[in-house]
Amino acid sequence: MIKVQSEDFDTGAELAALSRGRPEVGAVASFIGLVRDVAGSGELSAMTLEHYPGMTEKQLAQLEAEALARWPLDQVLIIHRYGRLLPGDQIVLCAATSRHRQAAFEACAFLMDWLKTKAPFWKLEEVNGESNWVAARQDDDDAAARWQTDQSSSKKNDVPETE
Amino acid sequence: MKLLYFAWLRDRVGKSEETVNLPASVTTVGQLTAWLARQSDGHAAAFDDPIGVHCAVNQEFARDDVPVGPDDEVAFFPPVTGGWGG
Repeated sequence: MIKVQSEDFDTGAELAALSRGRPEVGAVASFIGLVRDVAGSGELSAMTLEHYPGMTEKQLAQLEAEALARWPLDQVLIIHRYGRLLPGDQIVLCAATSRHRQAAFEACAFLMDWLKTKAPFWKLEEVNGESNWVAARQDDDDAAARWQTDQSSSKKNDVPETE
Repeated sequence: MKLLYFAWLRDRVGKSEETVNLPASVTTVGQLTAWLARQSDGHAAAFDDPIGVHCAVNQEFARDDVPVGPDDEVAFFPPVTGGWGG
């Protein structure tokens, strides 16, 4: 399930809904990303997340399908917020449910790494009264690359170029 | 052709979207980028360094050799920076 929204989310309610009425699910793995108060050049006062409506949902749905194809999962959930957020605010929730923990853990880590390089979001940081667009990080590309399979690495057109 | 600009690409071009009529010589993303760079000072500032510019054709990431046509939706943007801080 994919949700792209400006409003906050209730992690407990979202995770409970994933396994409700599904007694075969034995594991729910999740990750929550938060806005930190540090930026490259000082203390961050706010961050605005811009995205490409339509493409965002399409790319996240492809991520969900890829995770479901790679691991024996029951469900995948990705919630990603956009708009102006403050330090401490929740940005993203990734979760995967399965019969056993290993598939849920691995799928969740995969979703987190690929989301950073595949989903069309851009961050505008407010630091010391100035607004600056955040540059992409090489280590995010490296983290995503560890999930490349022979099959997917042959489809390089799907992967954004690295800097 | 419908063009969309995001993040600092939009700031430099000065608009979030526009519709353009392509010359017949423009048939790929790479040719489109080179053509756009000559359309205004803002476009030149945005497309001056194509290394930092990513493209999507009909909402799929696209490299320079991907074909483009009048009915396509083409977006230009910096490398994506979604997710969280760390």
